[in-house]
Amino acid sequence: MRKQILYWISLFAVITMASGSWAADRGRDGELKLLYWQAPSTMMPYLSGGTKELEASSIVIEPLARYDNDGKMWAWLAEEIPTVENGGVSDDFTSITWKIKKGIKWSDGSDLTSSDVVFTYEYCTHPDTGCTQSNYYSDIVSVDALDSHTIQINFTVAKPFPYSAFVGYNAPILQKAQFENCVGAKAQECTEENFHPIGTGPFKVVDFKPNDVVVLEANDLYREEGKPAFSSVLFKGGGDATSAARAVLETGEMHYAWNLQVEPEILNKMAEGGKGTIIAGFGTAVERLMVNFTNPDPALGEDRAEYLGGNNNRNAHPFLSDYAVRRALSLAIDRQILVDAGYGFAGKISCNVLPAPAIYASSANDECKTQNIDEANRLLDEAGWARGSDGVREKDGVRISILYQTSTNSVRQGTQAFVKEMWKAIGVETELRNIDASVFFGGDIGSPDTYQKFYADIEMYTNTFSGTDPEAYMNSWTCKQVARRSNNWGGSNMPRYCNPDYDALAAQMSTTANLDERIRLAKSMNDMLMQDYAMIPLIHRGGVSAFSNIVMGPVGNEWDSELWNIADWHIHK
Amino acid sequence: MVQYIIRRLLAAIPTLLIISFVIFAILDLAPGDPTGNLPMTVPPEVREKIRLSLGLGEPMHIRYYKWLVQFFVNEPLNIIEHSFGIVIGDGENRTRILSWATRSPVIDLIVERTPQTLWVVGLSYVFGILMAIPLGIIQAYRQYSLLDQVGTFVAMIGFSVPTFFTGVVAIIIFSVQLKWFPMIYDTTLEVNSWSNFVLQVKQMIMPVTVLAFYQASQLSRFMRASILDNLNLDYVRTARAKGRQENAVLIIHVLRNSLIPVVTLIALGIPSIFGGAIITEQIFRVNGLGQLLIIAIQGADIPTVQTLTFLFAVLIVIFNLIADVLYGMLDPRIRYD
Repeated sequence: MRKQILYWISLFAVITMASGSWAADRGRDGELKLLYWQAPSTMMPYLSGGTKELEASSIVIEPLARYDNDGKMWAWLAEEIPTVENGGVSDDFTSITWKIKKGIKWSDGSDLTSSDVVFTYEYCTHPDTGCTQSNYYSDIVSVDALDSHTIQINFTVAKPFPYSAFVGYNAPILQKAQFENCVGAKAQECTEENFHPIGTGPFKVVDFKPNDVVVLEANDLYREEGKPAFSSVLFKGGGDATSAARAVLETGEMHYAWNLQVEPEILNKMAEGGKGTIIAGFGTAVERLMVNFTNPDPALGEDRAEYLGGNNNRNAHPFLSDYAVRRALSLAIDRQILVDAGYGFAGKISCNVLPAPAIYASSANDECKTQNIDEANRLLDEAGWARGSDGVREKDGVRISILYQTSTNSVRQGTQAFVKEMWKAIGVETELRNIDASVFFGGDIGSPDTYQKFYADIEMYTNTFSGTDPEAYMNSWTCKQVARRSNNWGGSNMPRYCNPDYDALAAQMSTTANLDERIRLAKSMNDMLMQDYAMIPLIHRGGVSAFSNIVMGPVGNEWDSELWNIADWHIHK
Repeated sequence: MVQYIIRRLLAAIPTLLIISFVIFAILDLAPGDPTGNLPMTVPPEVREKIRLSLGLGEPMHIRYYKWLVQFFVNEPLNIIEHSFGIVIGDGENRTRILSWATRSPVIDLIVERTPQTLWVVGLSYVFGILMAIPLGIIQAYRQYSLLDQVGTFVAMIGFSVPTFFTGVVAIIIFSVQLKWFPMIYDTTLEVNSWSNFVLQVKQMIMPVTVLAFYQASQLSRFMRASILDNLNLDYVRTARAKGRQENAVLIIHVLRNSLIPVVTLIALGIPSIFGGAIITEQIFRVNGLGQLLIIAIQGADIPTVQTLTFLFAVLIVIFNLIADVLYGMLDPRIRYD
């Protein structure tokens, strides 16, 4: 009898254990260890523009829609993506109506409603909040709650691409109840709230140590059954990229490491250990050379690098205003060498300033893919730039001597050195300069060394745009956007490129809604910039991360958080 | 003596005020902008709003005055309120020094990070001293012996090879190859059980050893030189002539006298413990005060940099005083009155 009871008990135990591993239980896989060598300093994305904070907060608070690793938009907290076809976007593109999924709960048990969404808009647009993501909420007249789960956003202008507010990791929804008293100047002092935001995401914050570590645990109220697979997350920060790669690929202490800007050969060697996998995601980031169309000569005083307009640009650059010179400079560069030496996994050669999403990528500029020194030399000879006694080309007393500036960063300095050598082969003299990133990108209007002032002939940096619609980005190079004294160098057109034909295309795009037509316009704007050599694109840059082979799920993402699908990550069985 | 200490403390007040102003002025004049690290997709007008929300719209002397009030009045009051559970005045609306990067009070950040810095850097200092003193004594006593030669050689290596090299070598050997110790310091680990204590020891071994090795190399050289200075003096010969045992001569007579300069040196080095070991903390991800400072500098988080550097200045002034007082106590020939 006793034996029989024992038999039944053990049989029961076996069955329950088996069923436990059959049904995918929430929290079955224990702790997930993430390593971000740049540690998050807050969990509040609206008070920090840094990617590290956006990444960390993305696993707690969520937007209405999110991008996947191909740049495709998915409804997240919303029921579906509103379009003109399904009636979510008005025919004149001046309003969009989002419907929130029913039954979503905040991790404290209360319901997510449209008032939270409206509140998020009010929070970020309050002038004293200092919201770093407020450009995601621009051109909005009002955000109205139509009922408890429907929100209508009304725009001041027609927005053919109305998906920026509440979309992507830059613009997640905050809980009204938690942040009600943290609007405006008070936002700065709400440390407790900023460090422990209540969210709808798969995990919730247990402990936050700024610039060090975040401890999170699975959100019991997460909307999907059996997810997340991990019961907790350790989000560790600090150190450097190389040792972060080592912790995943060599010692296996961590499951995932983000943003591994590591010399390609070192990373390759680490990956040989077979403990982990390296993934690269490509977004829209392009490392490019900006060509100065104005004269940066210090002798000009106030008018230095100032766009004065007029016929043929009165303050034109002495040699870069010559099309042949610009084209020759581009032809002389072997981009593959730059990729191999400095970027490895994290780079591909690019001949476009708009390389992605794939539908927008033009193939009209592929000439730049192969270096062509002979053609570059021929162009310069033809244009009358003859080599002087020191091998540097000159014409009418103007020497092609370039001051080439960028921010201080070992990869950039490596690229500079290569480009200098390549240009030497076509008789161009180059002086290299690097400026500390916080000064170069700092935007201090008192400083002569900012990228906006552009007191050099060529400057190099990476730019990108958020989301998948290139309209605002392509608008950067219209005449109106020229960075100049009158706008405190606040324009985004660094080359001071001003072309009425380009402006016409930009104007046309702002009123075009048809996607195919928008693609055609974006491509031709890109081609115009490329074929005029207003910018010389070098490298399409991606984000590199590594994950341990025991974890399944990470796919990388440059359009949104790398952790966008963390609810699906699990241990490989 | 008491009078001397009071006089020195009073003199420290203007010194510290001047130091705080100089730090503030340097940071203010230095290039760098808290919005400089934001992605370029953030437009200039948004950046301007962020700057205003951080209080950068006000002129420098106002900001300096605010910082002074916050540091010398508000923060101490806050600490008193916290430790005694009382409320003094309008505690709710008292502004605190807020970090620009984290938007949280700087003092809280410092309090949060002090334990791991003290454990790792402080312990390495203690171990360094414990290794250096006997080593220095033996080396000096057996000058030019094999042990002295080896000791000198090792000390020179420890002295000249930077910790960012020894640290990485230690990681590659003990974490990557042998897998004995973790390469990442877990600051969330709470020592509440025996197994956690073992983990804590394991994660501390590498950073502490690397730093202790560096400290010991420096100190053992001083110790050795100081003993050598004393060994040939008359009083040592007298002690030996009296027939005292060699051990007693060395420990009671020579060591006491030789320790005088070394002790002051150790006291002067204590503020550097609080400064953290920036590089070692970065390598092992200890994330203590050193890492806090370096991140604040990189992110142009001026309130944090200002407060931290000023606290270091205070510590340096205090430990200078302590070193002077110790000197007077150890060496009867020195009198301050």
